Amino acid sequence: MIVVEKKPFEEIKKLVMPFKKVLVVGCGTCVAVCLSGGEKEAEILKNQLNLALGKEGYKFDHITLERQCDKEFLEELEDISKDYDAFLSMACGAGIQFLAEVYPEIPVLPAVNTNFIGVNKGVGWYEERCRACGNCVLGITGGICPVTMCAKSLFNGPCGGTNKGKCEVNENQPCAWYMIYERLSKQGRLEQILDIIPANDWKTQGPRTIIQPGYEKLYDNNSLNK
Amino acid sequence: MLLKRDIEDTSRLERVLKSGHFAFTAELGPPRGCNVEKVKKKIGYLKGKVDAVNITDNQTAIVRMSSLVVSSICLSEGLEPVYQMVCRDRNRLAMQADILGGYSMGIRTMLCLSGDHQSFGDHPQAKGVFDLDSIQLISMVKKMRDEGKFLSGADIDVPPKKLFIGAAANPFADPFEMRILRLAKKVKAGVDFIQTQCIFNMKKFKEWLKRVNDMGLTEKVYILAGITPLKSVGMARYMQTKVPGMDVPEELIKRLKGVGKEKAAEEGIKIACEQIEELKELKGVAGIHLMAIEWEHKVPEIAERAGLLPRPEV
Repeated sequence: MIVVEKKPFEEIKKLVMPFKKVLVVGCGTCVAVCLSGGEKEAEILKNQLNLALGKEGYKFDHITLERQCDKEFLEELEDISKDYDAFLSMACGAGIQFLAEVYPEIPVLPAVNTNFIGVNKGVGWYEERCRACGNCVLGITGGICPVTMCAKSLFNGPCGGTNKGKCEVNENQPCAWYMIYERLSKQGRLEQILDIIPANDWKTQGPRTIIQPGYEKLYDNNSLNK
Repeated sequence: MLLKRDIEDTSRLERVLKSGHFAFTAELGPPRGCNVEKVKKKIGYLKGKVDAVNITDNQTAIVRMSSLVVSSICLSEGLEPVYQMVCRDRNRLAMQADILGGYSMGIRTMLCLSGDHQSFGDHPQAKGVFDLDSIQLISMVKKMRDEGKFLSGADIDVPPKKLFIGAAANPFADPFEMRILRLAKKVKAGVDFIQTQCIFNMKKFKEWLKRVNDMGLTEKVYILAGITPLKSVGMARYMQTKVPGMDVPEELIKRLKGVGKEKAAEEGIKIACEQIEELKELKGVAGIHLMAIEWEHKVPEIAERAGLLPRPEV
């Protein structure tokens, strides 16, 4: 899932100050699972804002959409959008942008910082696992991503700083290549990392578009930012 | 500051190693500013006493005068540089551009490194580049040299044909087995020589070297053993506990403690000389890389006492 964190309340307050009537828009998917931007958090934020700014003539409401990265759900705001001076979105960066794209007349503000693609290690505990680099090597690295889990994103084995199995950058973080070595060694697949992984094709520098096979005909070529 | 070096001239370190001499390299850390005089002073200590000198590239992720420029100053002063390049600060475009520029100025020896992580340095907020890793960098340099092509495959107009390519190896970081495999990968990528991490734990180094010999790697690559003279008990303790991947045995610290504070530095030099004597005898060790950290002026004395002088004319 995409993991986000709520912005500090003071920062949110500063963002909404220019607008009298604001709709807090929660998102029911990733941000709800990581306990930062779902229905519960949207309601709490609305109450906090009303408490802090209500007396000064501000008004905050809230709504939670199933997903903000999907037009179908964003359209639910069509009838009520005109009642608000701004939207305060609790979705990830993609959701916030899509909301702003669908309602270009209305200022859209972020209530969260989007951090990473990660996993749920325990209640309220999330860890990053994927950088969406677009060129997955997990098949050769024992299911451990060197791009994400190694502080230097090394593709060909550990740097000289491995410290008793830990990363030199953070003693609480296991060295990615130590883990890769251990896992492949136990699986008897060490030969997988003897070949040199060539220089990566970093395709992440511009916005990417994917049309799944079979769907190409649905879209006009000119409207795609390839 | 363009050097009058012929495009066909070779690396001095390469000539030393290929003619069978026991090589000796040292290190020169560039200044934290435009202090050219300081560079020249350090060059003065080292000139004629070493075969080549590593010019570190923003070592420990702290901004310093560029290794390319300090290498160029070395060349004009008549000291052969080993131009260090780390993957932390440059993408493949900048790397290739600097390699071409460096070669044109007369650089013939390079050391390809991943680089210390930016979080250790003076700009921890910096974006680490790591477009390539050190092994991919070695492959790229080899391709530029041997095929005359950029990483992209395009032809180079006058390629850097005589580069001698180096890299580092750390026999002491874990997992031990992986360290040997990684060296094998560097050899496969095309490295010509290796400088090791500072050796304090001789027993472990010998274990590593035996494995490296057994795999036949020393037939394919020159290994220069890394030595750092310890200046004090404090420095030894710091390296033991604070520098990742460093292995300083307790006996060494005891020995330094035993001679008292005043004589610790002298004892450190003595230990370094003994280690060099021992390393000279080992099969597969082709030379010494002396990392006398901010102690460049001591290099001639250590070289003299360890029997590494005079350096050969090649």
